Amino acid sequence: MTDICSLSLAAVADALQKKEISAAEAARACLDRIAGTEPKISALLRVDGENALARARALDKSGPDASMPLFGVPVTVKDAICTRGLATTAASRMLEGFRPVFDAFAVEKLRAAGAVILGKNNMDEFAMGSTTENSAFQTTRNPWNTGKVPGGSSGGSAASVTAGQCFASLGSDTGGSIRQPASLCGCVGLKPTYGRVSRYGLIAYGSSLDQIGPLARSVADCARVFEVIAGHDRRDATSDPRPAGGYVAALGGGTLKGARLGLPREFFGEGASAEVRDACAAALRAAEGLGAELVEVGLPHTRAAVATYYIIAMAEASSNLARFDGVRYGRRAEGARDLEELYARSRSEGFGTEVKRRIMLGAYVLSAGYYDAYYRKAAQARRLIRDEYLAALDRCDVICAPVSPETAWDMGTHNADPLRMYLMDAYTLSLNLAGLPGLALPVGKGAESGMPVGMQLIGRAFGEADLLAYGHALERALPGIGLPAL
Amino acid sequence: MSGQKTVSRDDVLKMAGLSRLQPAEDEQALFARQFQDILGYMDTLASVDTEGVEPLYSVALHGGILRDDAAAAGLGREDALSNAPLQSGGCFVVPRIV
Repeated sequence: MTDICSLSLAAVADALQKKEISAAEAARACLDRIAGTEPKISALLRVDGENALARARALDKSGPDASMPLFGVPVTVKDAICTRGLATTAASRMLEGFRPVFDAFAVEKLRAAGAVILGKNNMDEFAMGSTTENSAFQTTRNPWNTGKVPGGSSGGSAASVTAGQCFASLGSDTGGSIRQPASLCGCVGLKPTYGRVSRYGLIAYGSSLDQIGPLARSVADCARVFEVIAGHDRRDATSDPRPAGGYVAALGGGTLKGARLGLPREFFGEGASAEVRDACAAALRAAEGLGAELVEVGLPHTRAAVATYYIIAMAEASSNLARFDGVRYGRRAEGARDLEELYARSRSEGFGTEVKRRIMLGAYVLSAGYYDAYYRKAAQARRLIRDEYLAALDRCDVICAPVSPETAWDMGTHNADPLRMYLMDAYTLSLNLAGLPGLALPVGKGAESGMPVGMQLIGRAFGEADLLAYGHALERALPGIGLPAL
Repeated sequence: MSGQKTVSRDDVLKMAGLSRLQPAEDEQALFARQFQDILGYMDTLASVDTEGVEPLYSVALHGGILRDDAAAAGLGREDALSNAPLQSGGCFVVPRIV
């Protein structure tokens, strides 16, 4: 076994089950890889090396177990997702030193499946951002070019996976935060249907939009992790009770022959750069070559999606982040004379600028006199956007669209202009408004930038098995972009 | 319509009050300018015809699951207090309010 870290998750899981490598060897290899690559990419806020190795050795002692599909597999977790006893900050000074007393549902599932958690990934503070530059602690860099952003908000997860620090990572996607960094870093990311993965233990941002999902280096590897974390959880009232599973099994039957791929004209217009359009067009030609049929579909309310999304996300953020009061957990300002002052000063010290911006705008759109014009209006537009998706999916099996209008951009590019940054999410956030699943996978590299280009496949609610099967078939039809030299 | 909105520093302070935030002087001016842009952009939503459209607040497809009204163990006191920045006698401490 020359380089454990460049194996697929499927291959390493198989080797671990057969005892060809030990869990301790796999963990050690990834920790070495982390030590070698972190100075360049800063993808992790915390490495839990000793505990990870202890856990791996304990797994080796108990021996492989076929009922544990991720037995000994090293993974990382976005810092918005609670890990018991391991500090979880959502990359905010507000939660510096916070140690959850419980695991998130998805983390419980990972542990039960035998995964070894190596550390916590950097992100935009409270998942608010599209580049990971909004972290209060450090700036993650794109493994393909360290002068460029990794995307966000799950930028640390995407960078870790792409750099071979782990075999998969858990991210969260409120408006594209799994799919966009996966696209900018050239890995695969799945945003599941709303309600498919429990949000229990996910630090909430926009509760009607948030979903946890996997990032990995292939569609098949994503499917393996998704198989483990999908399912009902009574601790999240939005968790859907219908049975989950069959995702890995579905990969085998994946074919694009006869599949109708819907192309929304609004996503292939002037908004996307030429290199992004060209890479997606080449992938679609490959799909056609395999017998897929391309169907044009319309999603005209896409033009309203950015405004709709940000009104709803900010409104929900202002409500969710009201919990940070300096009393029960998190930062507490010194010397406040009364409760009001304690709240205002603790929050002003703890939150970064983008978080404050979104909380304040959220409070505004919910306030008396503005609620109907903004929040209620956005909720109405949300129905139009959702219904359009459903109608489009009546005409095709899966919708295909670019993930990001541009490949990874230079660090610092849009930081002074938040509105410009919000507009970069135009292709991802309407999916969260609709609650549908989306799978982002690399389809090539931009002819001009040489950076990865991602395309997303959008499916029907709870249609993840189909989505993964189509994605797997498409991935095999493409040449692949390889891994970055770091 | 976009960009015609004006957001003053007083507006920013009102929003900050609702949010229990105290932005610094330099932040107030920055936020006023940025909020003007962002809210101006959001105002483009007014051009979408939503007459008679029922708002969609949740995309959960099941009706919502209520669990049985049965007692279950929650966090113990020690766990619940373990991240409190200030505690005393098994309670969270807040500034004096009466």
